[in-house]
Amino acid sequence: MKKRANVFLWAGGILSGLMLCIIILGYFWTPYDPTAMDPKAKFCAPSLNHLLGTDNFGRDIFSRVVDGAGTSFFIALCVVAIGCLAGILIGSLCGYYGGLPDLILTRVCDSITAFPAFLLALVIVTVAGPGTENIILALGILFIPSFARIVRSEFARCRELNYIKSAKLMGAGGMRIMFRHILPNTFPVLLSAVTIGFNNAVLSEASMSFLGIGIQPPYASLGSMLSDSQSFLHSAPWYALGTGGAIVLLILGFSLLSEGLQLKGQR
Amino acid sequence: MANVLTVKDLRVHFHDAAPDRFAVDGLNLTVAQGEIIGLVGESGSGKTVTAMSISGLLPREKAQVSGSITLDGHEIFACSDQEILDILGDELGVVFQEPMTSMDPVMRIGPQIEECLLNHRRLSKAQRRQLALEAMAQVELPEPERIYRKYPHELSGGMLQRVMIAAAIVSRPKLLLADEPTTALDVSVQAEILTLLKKLNRESGMAIMLISHDLHVVRKLCSRVAVMQRGKLVEDRPVEEIFRNPQHPYTKQLIAAIPGRDRHLF
Repeated sequence: MKKRANVFLWAGGILSGLMLCIIILGYFWTPYDPTAMDPKAKFCAPSLNHLLGTDNFGRDIFSRVVDGAGTSFFIALCVVAIGCLAGILIGSLCGYYGGLPDLILTRVCDSITAFPAFLLALVIVTVAGPGTENIILALGILFIPSFARIVRSEFARCRELNYIKSAKLMGAGGMRIMFRHILPNTFPVLLSAVTIGFNNAVLSEASMSFLGIGIQPPYASLGSMLSDSQSFLHSAPWYALGTGGAIVLLILGFSLLSEGLQLKGQR
Repeated sequence: MANVLTVKDLRVHFHDAAPDRFAVDGLNLTVAQGEIIGLVGESGSGKTVTAMSISGLLPREKAQVSGSITLDGHEIFACSDQEILDILGDELGVVFQEPMTSMDPVMRIGPQIEECLLNHRRLSKAQRRQLALEAMAQVELPEPERIYRKYPHELSGGMLQRVMIAAAIVSRPKLLLADEPTTALDVSVQAEILTLLKKLNRESGMAIMLISHDLHVVRKLCSRVAVMQRGKLVEDRPVEEIFRNPQHPYTKQLIAAIPGRDRHLF
């Protein structure tokens, strides 16, 4: 088969790279202070002064979008890190050793998945109170099962492969086989799971903030901004468009990236 | 000479098999130091199960094992998991049938050869590398330094089998268990690998147990042949005696099944 350029991978890579650059830049510099209000400049339409216009408090929407995207990005990163690390730990032990612990942990993961994810996050945040750390914790716990399941099935598959048996016959212990021999071989699958998980994390955080249990004002988050912008959909449509557009671009970039990675893996 | 391996009355029964059907049924076998023994028999005769029992790889939850296997003074069935790990790769080297699937695809060749050393010896990185390169030279791999840094997919099947053998002999095991080491290779490479095994045996005095269904291979390499049928040992004699004057009807059948030079296949 003729090797065609992997359009998904390229488009996704460029889009995510661009978003990432803007987000990283946003940590150090934004055109305006994202929380500074300016009563004289309420609901300015997009212009060269304010790229995406201003909101009901006269805050620059572009600065807030960049800042909010940064917050969302950071939260998503932490969530995926928690989910992925815990998932690898649980999944590898279950998949490699099997037996009763595997049965129990798999069922626990299943029952977590059986709950509507959002409801569970709501419960955790309601009990622990809103705040960045609590959102990360709540979403992180929710993301463990999906990673654990992927890692488990990969480990269970690899366990029976010849080169793992061969490593065993060379006297490699369980830990060495799991983390030196099997884990690197699960990276292709894990990588696309991470990108998909990242998307879900961004969306979940945005949804939680949209419902008002996420990032608290005056700090910006894409979800809470989208929620605010609802009231001004007619008078200041750029508010919703700018915020929503940022979410779409962020998700699209990573979706394309994960699609591209999967295609790459199949080749 | 002292025996490297003694198998006494080995019985293996898989839980999902019929109650009276043993995969290995009362096998007695010894391998002396420096000997090359061939274990032959048709598919399902229990060759590989015997090999798996010797290497302690038989899943304990799937099979019932009785008898005794003594490998260089260690009673395998009395060993804890950790003790078996200590023996594997150090006193016992294993070479598999398919070199292509027996190597970790995302690990360079060098570290894979060093695996045994890493698990059994306290050596510095440089010492391990040195021993690995020596083993690679011993199995006649061209340009060991270059191959050391390659990945498995960059090598041919014959080269990978040499790498597998290098990995198996790097820690100087007493016994090399070769489970159909040439089946997946083409004929010219087969001969090279067999010559190599014979050379290693002569040079280092390492005993080799060759498991095969290919009597040509066995005749070329082994000094003694053990013939298995349905889990039982039916004949165990020096190789030329067996070929000249097979006693057991099953051995006669096996030898008659070799396509000869004077008989035409079609």
